[in-house]
Amino acid sequence: MSLLIETLDFIQNNSDRVIDAGIRHVNLSFSALILAALVAIPVGIWLALTGRYVLLIINIANVGRTVPSLAILALAMPLLGTGFTPSLLALSLLAVPPILINTYVGFTGVDADTIDAARGIGLREAQITMQVRLPLALPMVFAGLRTAAVQVISGAVLAAYIGGGGFGEFITSGVAMMTIPMLLVGAIPATILAIAVDTLFSALQKTITPKGIRTS
Amino acid sequence: MNWFMRNWENVIVALWQHIAISGSALLISLVVAFPLGVVAARHPKTRGIILGVTSTLYTIPTMALLALLIPIVGLGRTNAIIAMVMFSLLVLTRNITAGIQGAAPDIVDAARGTGMTPWQVLVQVELPLAMPAIVAGLRVAAVTVISVTVVAAYVNAGGLGTLIFEGMASDHAPKIWVGALTACALSVIVDVSLARAETFFGRRAL
Repeated sequence: MSLLIETLDFIQNNSDRVIDAGIRHVNLSFSALILAALVAIPVGIWLALTGRYVLLIINIANVGRTVPSLAILALAMPLLGTGFTPSLLALSLLAVPPILINTYVGFTGVDADTIDAARGIGLREAQITMQVRLPLALPMVFAGLRTAAVQVISGAVLAAYIGGGGFGEFITSGVAMMTIPMLLVGAIPATILAIAVDTLFSALQKTITPKGIRTS
Repeated sequence: MNWFMRNWENVIVALWQHIAISGSALLISLVVAFPLGVVAARHPKTRGIILGVTSTLYTIPTMALLALLIPIVGLGRTNAIIAMVMFSLLVLTRNITAGIQGAAPDIVDAARGTGMTPWQVLVQVELPLAMPAIVAGLRVAAVTVISVTVVAAYVNAGGLGTLIFEGMASDHAPKIWVGALTACALSVIVDVSLARAETFFGRRAL
């Protein structure tokens, strides 16, 4: 109980720092997610539509998925230095594989009969892509974004090591000084943020699923 | 490369620690996930709760979970292993449940008809049929756990992360490279081997 009071005291006395860390954490995570999506979604669609270099790129993405997040962040340091930008690039790199793979799978998974029917009623290729493939693939793309978002928020905690800031800073200083309240000020909001974003994306995913393919 | 030549013994020790911690966490997680998965498959009402709780655990950022465990169990290997078990439960439980549910109802029915006890049906029929799904879960869980173990070096659990953290602290790039690349290599090797196992069991289950 006293731990809770100490933690709340810490937040009260350092409210500026806590809010700053929160803004930085959200900013870093969302910038990384958007940057990754801007690369991964077009590449995923291109792979699905043209069928070129699929094996190569999907395999690279699959290997990329297994790379430990701390390894990517740690390697950003000797290559790019420390601070916001190296953290941003490392986190974006982390977010690309799930979005890319899900976009590809979403677009290739569209039922061939449905495409055939769309052609049959006279839609042009561009229309089929925009009005048939895209809405049907969107839930899968969102599932990828959701995985990536949670990964990036989790990775952003580690970004504190390479000067990226965020809630991770309280955890690292809390562990270094063995000050439990400080450590909790980092760990609890980071956890809440991750769970909140996961819930948000799960709700969005349900909303954008076309009525015709909703399961339950 | 020079650093590696001078310190390869340290790297081997770190790699071994890494495998030992990840392996034991995975084993414990399987033991916990197994009954959870079976219960979730048998009783649809519990499925929502079991998968909901494990998926919330999975969402918690690695570093935050390790930190949250410090006031409870302190620093060290126990902390890391508990965190990893919490992380890998979702994937294992979900796949065990899906595997058992995916077993063809006709086959399960036939097994019951020959007079097998529920336990025999589970062990001799449903589990072998669920094996491809279980191995697929194990594969994802193994890669996750190897990745988490890298971070776990922060709570003094040892492993390859130690090299990375020491390298970052002393701004010694070769040490970071060796730690990070060895961890990547371990992940990829485990992923590929379990993918092979997945196809093997997939063929056998048919």
